[in-house]
Amino acid sequence: MAIFVDDSTKVVVQGITGRDGGFHTGEMLAYGTKVLAGVTPGRGGQMFQDKVPVYDTVKEAVSEHGVNTSVIFVPPFGAAGAIYEAADAGCKLIVCITEGVPTVDMVKVMPYLEERGVRLIGPNCPGLLAPGIAKLGILPTSIVKEGPVGLVSRSGTLTYEVVYQLSAAGLGQTTCLGIGGDPVIGTTFMDAIIAFNEDPKTEAFVMIGEIGGDAEEQAAEYIKAHVDKPVVSFIAGQTAPPGKRMGHAGAIVSGGTGTAAEKKVALEGAGIPVADRPMDIVPCLQEIWKK
Amino acid sequence: MNIHEYQAKDIFTEFGLPVPGGTAVQTVADAVARAEEYGLPVMVKSQVLTGGRGKAGGVKFCPTIEDVKENAAKILGMDIKGHTVNTVLVTPAVDIASEYYVGMLIDRNSKRVLLMASAEGGVEIEQVAKDTPELIFKETIDPRFGLLDHEAMSMGMRLCPDDIKKARQLAAAMQKLYQAFMASDASLAEINPFIFTPEGVGHAIDAKVNLDDNAMFRHPGYEALRDLEAEDPSERAAREANLSFVKLSGNVGCLVNGAGLAMATMDLVKYYGGQPANFLDIGGSSNPEKVVNALEIILSDKEVKAILFNIFGGITRCDDVANGIIAATRQMDINVPIVVRLIGTNEEEGRALLAATDLVPAETMDEAVKKAIELAG
Repeated sequence: MAIFVDDSTKVVVQGITGRDGGFHTGEMLAYGTKVLAGVTPGRGGQMFQDKVPVYDTVKEAVSEHGVNTSVIFVPPFGAAGAIYEAADAGCKLIVCITEGVPTVDMVKVMPYLEERGVRLIGPNCPGLLAPGIAKLGILPTSIVKEGPVGLVSRSGTLTYEVVYQLSAAGLGQTTCLGIGGDPVIGTTFMDAIIAFNEDPKTEAFVMIGEIGGDAEEQAAEYIKAHVDKPVVSFIAGQTAPPGKRMGHAGAIVSGGTGTAAEKKVALEGAGIPVADRPMDIVPCLQEIWKK
Repeated sequence: MNIHEYQAKDIFTEFGLPVPGGTAVQTVADAVARAEEYGLPVMVKSQVLTGGRGKAGGVKFCPTIEDVKENAAKILGMDIKGHTVNTVLVTPAVDIASEYYVGMLIDRNSKRVLLMASAEGGVEIEQVAKDTPELIFKETIDPRFGLLDHEAMSMGMRLCPDDIKKARQLAAAMQKLYQAFMASDASLAEINPFIFTPEGVGHAIDAKVNLDDNAMFRHPGYEALRDLEAEDPSERAAREANLSFVKLSGNVGCLVNGAGLAMATMDLVKYYGGQPANFLDIGGSSNPEKVVNALEIILSDKEVKAILFNIFGGITRCDDVANGIIAATRQMDINVPIVVRLIGTNEEEGRALLAATDLVPAETMDEAVKKAIELAG
């Protein structure tokens, strides 16, 4: 078991003929993910790597192959359009990898998805990797391992760093999920935590936050009230100066709020240990898990 | 991207908000000419990308031409919180009977634009939010319909319960502000204050707008709004090279792939008693040209005494990155030690390549950070 994906996950890749879309589709296929179709308008009728048929529209991919999940690799100016198209065609899970999508576009997309019961992961995220089940996005498969730990993060390579350490310590994962670093994202920390809490295979989980917003604080409140599984956290950006965007559009301390220190206080107040260094996360988890 | 008051007012004017006229000028003579054109009294307002201009003496009421001369001379060149004033806005002064705050921002929780308004206008809204949050009224706006008439009107009436004419003006201003917000791809738009004259005429007399960097591709004209003089030269070079970079004041230069890992690396430098010189996300690319650009930007800071590469090869392969670093360091004349930590895909091949160089290898993030701090002295 994993969160948000299972054996019935059938994938269409939007932007399959692009450089990134093509490369990562190859990686997803190599991991055994059921990528059944690709979409690039104007390229309908082609075959991707002699294996995956390409269509002009998502609707055709859905009617020909029954795909229910889309992974999006289209450029920022077309990303919102691609999300609308996937939702309209009936996909129930959309993973948008694209970085640099205008925030106003995401604000407009959200009600469209809510009305149709569609889950969006991202944008500006590495996606999701459920070891042994499916890879939707760009997380490297070489570092994951099947096991009982869930991981949710706002970042990419920092997630890999932590997954690497978990696997090296023999702690495999149910699902590694990068929710993205933008201000407006589909799946939030809270959504992921609720899902991990309900997932019987996930015995403990790790939450990697960063400066900006108050998603970590909200998650802390929820965990305190509803979660009995061991949870540890890490917050990146303790040394970030206020008012500066630290790479991710959402990683900014504004008006004195969204600081790492505030988040740490909220998490620790909810009984969630916050590791000082990335390398302390695994020992920290092992320690509270034993209890 | 943050823009100046006068630029924000230009956007407001385009969407029909009632902004008193005004012109941005760079010299005392031009300030005087504008004051004569508008008629006295006027306001002379420093244009810098920071708050607290009034408190710093950067906003002055000028009833005479002598005052205009004196204040423009004083304000031009003034330093406000590290920002030098190069431009002042000369604008007709209006009599103020009452002041309101009207602002909009992207609310991460509702995933919508949030309208905030308060009768406590003219002061720092963050302070009002902290001390008396009950005095700020809020409304989330459904993007399918925009700010509806009744929503705007009920907000206007909460602010001006006894004066329907003023409530209507406020409501209209809010709807126009929403249009401006969406059309300009703002992440923040504030009128603070929106004022009424003793005659009951409303004006947006101060404006603050932040624009979404991600949306610049559909607003080609906005690039010209960027204040290049207000930007740190290294941050400007990084922006032009498409690198995410923030300058800090330490001596350990950091090159990391990924924003989260880059922040965590800075934090770790500080944890071990060092001082990071910068935040830099080099992205997924192993392109030597990008590495050269990044190194040039970091080395332009003479405080930098050691450089730390922290690369997690996920999709990017470590041997590609190692080759990129080696090619870049060969092209450049570098006099500070470079610590390289490579981990992940093809890490062994990457490390083997580095072994033949004088780059200092490190296996873990901890080790790399400690070595870099030590070498920076």
